[in-house]
Amino acid sequence: MLGTIRQKAVAARSLSSQVLENDLMRLRSVASVMRHYSAGTKEMTVRDALNSALDEEMAADPSVFVMGEEVGEYQGAYKITKGLLDKYGPERVVDTPITEAGFAGIGVGSAYHGLRPVVEFMTFNFSMQAIDHIINSAAKSNYMSAGQINVPIVFRGPNGPAAGVGAQHSQCYGAWYGSVPGLKVLVPYSSEDARGLLKAAIRDPDPVVFLENELLYGESFPVSAEALNSSFCLPIGKAKIEREGKDITITAFSKMAAEILEKDGISAEVINLRSIRPLDRATINASVRKTNRLVTVEEGFPQHGIGAEICASVVEDSFGYLDAPVERIAGADVPTPYAANLERMAFPQIEDIVRAARRVCYRKSSIAASA
Amino acid sequence: MASFCLTKSRSFIIQTLKSNKTSTNRTSYIHNNVSSSPLPVSEHAYYSHKNVSIVFNHSFKSIYVSRRLHSTTSVDELPAEAPLQQVLDFPGGKVKFTPKLTFASGATKERVHCYRVLDDNGQMLTDSDSLGINKELAVKLYTNMLTLEVMDTIFYEAQRQGRISFYATTTGEEAINIASAAALNNNDFVFPQYREPGVLLWRGFSLQEFAHQLFGNKYDYGKGRQMPIHYGSKKLNYITVASTVATQIPHAVGAAYSLKMEKQDSCSITYFGDGGTSEGDFHGAMNFAAVMEVPVIFFCRNNGWAISTPVDQQFRSDGVAVKGKAYGVPSIRVDGNDALAIYNAVSEARKMAITEQTPVLIEALTYRAGHHTTSDDSTRYRPVEEIQRWRDDQNPVKRFRKWIESKGWWTDEAESQHYSSIRKQLAQAIQVAERIEKPPVADMFNDVYDVPPKNLTAQEALLRKTVKKHVQDFPSDVPL
Repeated sequence: MLGTIRQKAVAARSLSSQVLENDLMRLRSVASVMRHYSAGTKEMTVRDALNSALDEEMAADPSVFVMGEEVGEYQGAYKITKGLLDKYGPERVVDTPITEAGFAGIGVGSAYHGLRPVVEFMTFNFSMQAIDHIINSAAKSNYMSAGQINVPIVFRGPNGPAAGVGAQHSQCYGAWYGSVPGLKVLVPYSSEDARGLLKAAIRDPDPVVFLENELLYGESFPVSAEALNSSFCLPIGKAKIEREGKDITITAFSKMAAEILEKDGISAEVINLRSIRPLDRATINASVRKTNRLVTVEEGFPQHGIGAEICASVVEDSFGYLDAPVERIAGADVPTPYAANLERMAFPQIEDIVRAARRVCYRKSSIAASA
Repeated sequence: MASFCLTKSRSFIIQTLKSNKTSTNRTSYIHNNVSSSPLPVSEHAYYSHKNVSIVFNHSFKSIYVSRRLHSTTSVDELPAEAPLQQVLDFPGGKVKFTPKLTFASGATKERVHCYRVLDDNGQMLTDSDSLGINKELAVKLYTNMLTLEVMDTIFYEAQRQGRISFYATTTGEEAINIASAAALNNNDFVFPQYREPGVLLWRGFSLQEFAHQLFGNKYDYGKGRQMPIHYGSKKLNYITVASTVATQIPHAVGAAYSLKMEKQDSCSITYFGDGGTSEGDFHGAMNFAAVMEVPVIFFCRNNGWAISTPVDQQFRSDGVAVKGKAYGVPSIRVDGNDALAIYNAVSEARKMAITEQTPVLIEALTYRAGHHTTSDDSTRYRPVEEIQRWRDDQNPVKRFRKWIESKGWWTDEAESQHYSSIRKQLAQAIQVAERIEKPPVADMFNDVYDVPPKNLTAQEALLRKTVKKHVQDFPSDVPL
């Protein structure tokens, strides 16, 4: 991985050897920072992070229960709920018939009466069959009933593209759910995000849509001792500055955050959104006021996407601070193709982000650049 | 890993793994004697359709089974001479074979019988199963039915006069509303569609409280956020009405699941019309409730019409009662205009639901004697004579009145007294509700979330500032 980063860093910058040295130094320190925060911290996959969060919340509160297709006997379609059936029994880990509308509605009904369901969609593409319950029965209920009915439900599952799963299994629903008042929408990236945000979501009295990413499930991240504590919780609505920088602000979430961290060249401040609704406008605007340039990155379709909202927010609040127009990097405006080469071209790659960053900084391509 | 959710093997794996679970006490869909190790899978046998049919032709004589069963033994693994079998050991229970190629007809020879206690003239049928009810309960049932009938008339008129924007009557379904409510306890959770205000009335919701919601004033428990007739009361365990059809049905099952987990001595009940049973939510909910074994009563008000769609264009089954069998849910058809029949059926259903932890389906045959809502004129799509006939001859209120009068529990005097009292109360309630001010602007921004987020508090502040600055552009009767 380090090898490819080095190549790309070379392509992005001029050939000045001194500068190259600096880049490589920075690269090495970044790489080392990514892997070893401090002596004695564990590494944990996102899958284990989610599993442990569910386990601890179920142990702490008997009204929390898990429901979905394959969550019990099969240990979870992606093994997120592994071991929970054996530990908590079929009443609290409910395998459902194949009806998203059915079990989303039933989850909402049980939440009306005081249980705290965690409903799993095998992917959020299937949530469209239940979206009436998510929006009309869950999100709007507290308002429509004037506070008499609150719905402490969590809808979770993988969102966005995986690898070679075609058009009906690859859509990102961040923008769809992010537009609905009454919902909270979270997008964890690392294992610490996954643990802290899932726990916060389960404890939250409002309905939460928790968008995970299938390709991140197997990724390992270091977790601090604090994050391993069972009472650990991350605040909803706060973004995280994954890396500080001074030339340009890049916002990303979920898997895209990984892409950015690998890229180097311009001193980018990378913001991991963590939460789409509520959007941490304060952090984003503060960062743009510092760097004066913004590139938003997402995998979803470009029109009415997350980047559009962030751009509008920055234009409304920090227009005078912008030195260049905001650029949005998003997935191609096509249903996701299957063929591997086409699929690769349908989603943002590191090169796209690098080029956008350079455009926004008004840098020309370097002489040695091959990208 | 990702491909798991895509291939056909998904449903097969579900079946295989589930067959390893121990069976439940009720109709087990897993046979006790199934071996605990996963059935051997031969890739060939599963993916090759041709192989599957060959296997069947050799060992099973019936064509029925081949469409449903995925063979797990390849042709090679079968013994050379498979013994003639009478019964198929299938997940879910044994199935007998038949050599006859016959299709079960979609239509039933005889329709499901309809339970009733009182005849058309309000006389109790001598051979009827019936719970005895005393004078107090009978009079309470009747007065509530009459109140509901009058309330509908007055509020409908109020809409026609332009005093409220919208209304939906329950005309013809007063017995369903009141008698079903009477058979429940106050802590049974009610998930209404929108034609069941009588349940709220029975539980103590006052005429004034109804009026407040219709006018959307500051005393409306819904804070003026919903259209008229979208009542709700946390205190009376009546979930706020939502406009979406049939979404309340799976909600009721979820709530019943919660009651089951908490081991409460109560059930949930959900009401829906004949039209609502076409929605996917109805089917998912019925199926689920049976599988999860939860205490829920599915009450279908089959009133013949879904706006302008008559039942024979809604479904081709023998009504809704037969659908219970399809999902493994005990069911009954009752005379929806017979208050005593409904009272008995719901009482019994409630007992069953709670003691046996089972869903129950009740189909009440009745007639929507009024229009769908004030936005509808049903004479455009159904004959006036039909409406008249049901309003007069089959009127549930009149029928029950004949019965309680025959018992000596009600008189003409009591009737006119109650009638005029209710009318007066309603006129009063409307006048009062009309004059009360609307909810304050603060109620526009709260309850979106548990704790108001910063952007909403900022929006509210901005709105107040704007209103103050441009007072003349905003209505003067909306309090801030």
